[in-house]
Amino acid sequence: MSVKTIAGLELNVSDEGYLEDMTQWNEEIANEIANEIGIELTPKHFEVLNFLRKKTEAKEPLTIRGVGKSGIVNIKELYALFPKGPLKFSSKIAGIPKPTSCI
Amino acid sequence: MKNLLILGAGTSGTMMANHLRPKLYSNEWNITIVDQYKTHYYQPGFLFLPFDTYTENQVKKVGKKFIPKFVNYIQKKIERIIPEENKVVLEDETLNYDVLIIATGSKIAPEETEGLIGPLWKKDIFDFYTFEGSLALRNKLRNWEGGKLVVHITEMPIKCPVAPLEFAFLADSYFHKKGMRDKVEITYVTPLSGAFTKPTCTTALNYLLKDKDIKIETDFAIEHVDNETKEIVDYEDKRIPFDLLVTIPTNMGDEVIEKSGLGDDLNFIPTDPNTLQSKAHENIFVIGDATNVPASKAGSVAHFEAETLTDNILLYIDGYPLKKEFDGHANCFIETGNNKALLIDFNYVTEPVHGKFPFAKIGPLKLLKESVLNHWGKLAFRWIYWNMLLKGIAIPFVSRNMSFKGKVFDIKTK
Repeated sequence: MSVKTIAGLELNVSDEGYLEDMTQWNEEIANEIANEIGIELTPKHFEVLNFLRKKTEAKEPLTIRGVGKSGIVNIKELYALFPKGPLKFSSKIAGIPKPTSCI
Repeated sequence: MKNLLILGAGTSGTMMANHLRPKLYSNEWNITIVDQYKTHYYQPGFLFLPFDTYTENQVKKVGKKFIPKFVNYIQKKIERIIPEENKVVLEDETLNYDVLIIATGSKIAPEETEGLIGPLWKKDIFDFYTFEGSLALRNKLRNWEGGKLVVHITEMPIKCPVAPLEFAFLADSYFHKKGMRDKVEITYVTPLSGAFTKPTCTTALNYLLKDKDIKIETDFAIEHVDNETKEIVDYEDKRIPFDLLVTIPTNMGDEVIEKSGLGDDLNFIPTDPNTLQSKAHENIFVIGDATNVPASKAGSVAHFEAETLTDNILLYIDGYPLKKEFDGHANCFIETGNNKALLIDFNYVTEPVHGKFPFAKIGPLKLLKESVLNHWGKLAFRWIYWNMLLKGIAIPFVSRNMSFKGKVFDIKTK
């Protein structure tokens, strides 16, 4: 764990830059993390981000398929929004933990 | 008389019947368990069957043998659960319940990926998450002359998330032993960001892939299988060629969950992660792979869940508040090939750590390190499964919640 200044706030992040506390998240933080990855956020991005945050708050596992069935985007569109690793990048920008397996 | 009904006589359902029968008065509670299949499979054995380590008969037994006396066992198909009426409809009768335990598990859904069940299915494309698939793969491997072996995960969550990686490790050993490792290229394809996704494991275990010359493709979410070019294709049109594809298809809960309107988009049932009560109905409890809790879908997890759930059912019946006890504890052996294995111990929030198990400082098993003893442990587990675990006999010194005694938090990820 380390401390990183994002959007003027000192935040605890994992070694890979994921927020440790999802409640500290705001849209400015999202924009700054997205910029680092090279993604410019649009309202559609935020719809997906908020969906992922809601799922995480409810302690429900995230799946690409779940996002595809959310009614917000289909999977192809999800890839277009977050190229080269949709769940990996969208969860980082959404301020939620990285999707992991058991090891 | 009141009725406690268990749906599914797999690992979880069988354990619950064995835990609860001695604890519920026979003159007050009927216990009934329903499963449409006659055979109980030792599913961890499906990993070994393709490599001729286990025989067919070592991984299957008649399920009824493990159901305790004074539990009514019904071998019929479950058609629908009607929670509003506390009823379960079977193929030709309807059962009433006061308390329902759903243990209907998860299974592969290859039809969810376009082109998977096509001309190459069971010819050059196999799964090993079913008895039939694992057996067919064994027969294929016996005569396979080599080429590109692709081990592939469609998407998470899957039953035993680490089994595909173990398969890749065991394949490396298998082909070495057959003297044909130089004829086989092994590629591991995952929708996640790496073979190891937890920083402690990445640090401690990444050497395994390199040592075994296993190539890795990450962040790959399959869109379809191209049967003509023999490639798997992702949503960004990245293509990975294969001669032999060993895939873990999408895993889903049973269709009865969907028909009954009880599941999420993968037919897993929204369940309280600490009490194991279903979120929608207070007299319905869910265990094992059927839940949507963010723990591994594995018999090890179900085993720890069963202990908490037994207490919670007794508390519920007597009108007491439930224990928010289950912590996502898992304790698993991971085969790494060459007769070695790792042992990992973790829960919802704690990553796998170093240390000794089950006794602090003494062990004898080492956590997160390869050893021959861990491999023996994994093989011995088949006996423990049939003779202790299913029967609800506690495994000595292994507690339902994760213990932090003797655990070493020494892995620096940077």
